Amino acid sequence: MKQLFLAAILTFFGLQAFAIDTAPAFEDPALQARYERLARELRCLQCRSETIADSNAQLAADLRRQLRELMAAGKSDEEIKTYMTDRYGDYVLYKPPVTGRTLLLWAAPALLVIGGVIVAVIVISRKSKLPDTDPADPGLGAS
Amino acid sequence: MLKYLLPIGLFTVLAGFLYFGLGRDKQTLPSPLIGKSAPIFELARLDDPSKSFSNSELAGKPYVVNVWGSWCVGCRQEHGALLEIARRGEVPIVGLNYRDDRDQALNWLQQLGDPYVVSAFDDEGRAGIDWGVYGAPETFLIGANGKVLKKHVAPITVEIWEQEFVPLLPQAKAGSP
Repeated sequence: MKQLFLAAILTFFGLQAFAIDTAPAFEDPALQARYERLARELRCLQCRSETIADSNAQLAADLRRQLRELMAAGKSDEEIKTYMTDRYGDYVLYKPPVTGRTLLLWAAPALLVIGGVIVAVIVISRKSKLPDTDPADPGLGAS
Repeated sequence: MLKYLLPIGLFTVLAGFLYFGLGRDKQTLPSPLIGKSAPIFELARLDDPSKSFSNSELAGKPYVVNVWGSWCVGCRQEHGALLEIARRGEVPIVGLNYRDDRDQALNWLQQLGDPYVVSAFDDEGRAGIDWGVYGAPETFLIGANGKVLKKHVAPITVEIWEQEFVPLLPQAKAGSP
């Protein structure tokens, strides 16, 4: 039973490790981890809803090759992202930078929560001011 | 009063977002290359692997770069329009043969006609990355000053050429940004 469990876990992690390429891109595990992290931050523009780590499209493969080469050339994360946005625009980043255009996008969750709280406060405070027995509602069985 | 204004106001805001958001073309991504210097490539010529071609040879003159491949359905669709645009001779069209097989590409040009003054053979897709290519066919207009003036993604038609590219030609020739 224990062995079966181990086998199941190993199968699962084995799939994870080879999700991107058929072989690891770097021998150094730290570099490989950085490579996989960056590949998950970049969008495949051919398939839109996939990162270049997930996609099998030709363009994703080309961008992964470019990423490996830039990393091998010793470029920093920032330089690599600039390289990509210079060519493909901010859309290539899965996490868009905070700019005037994307401000609403980034602020939207906070705004929705604040809006929700305001509505909740208004509704609750109104309801709590109502008398316990609502004359407009004669209650069950009275109709 | 507020009871009515608030929902109406919210509705108007939402409707506004949806109107502009849904009406927008989300397939075509804005190119960060517009207004910038066109990336320089140096690649083997499609018709002769022993010779290379660089778009720097065209500096000082406006030209069009058309990204195509024999595997690309949209390219076949736009081929007639490219032949017509080439026939008019307003501006030379350079082909960037993107991730293609040389024999198939040459065969394609022989069968369908060759609108390009020259085709560069980008079999590894490296020039494509520099140009931000994400889906052939793509068509760029480059001015005499080497700046990218326009990018069109998807098959081009004579109508699109006349409406979106031809008005830019005087600017392209003058080389002003």
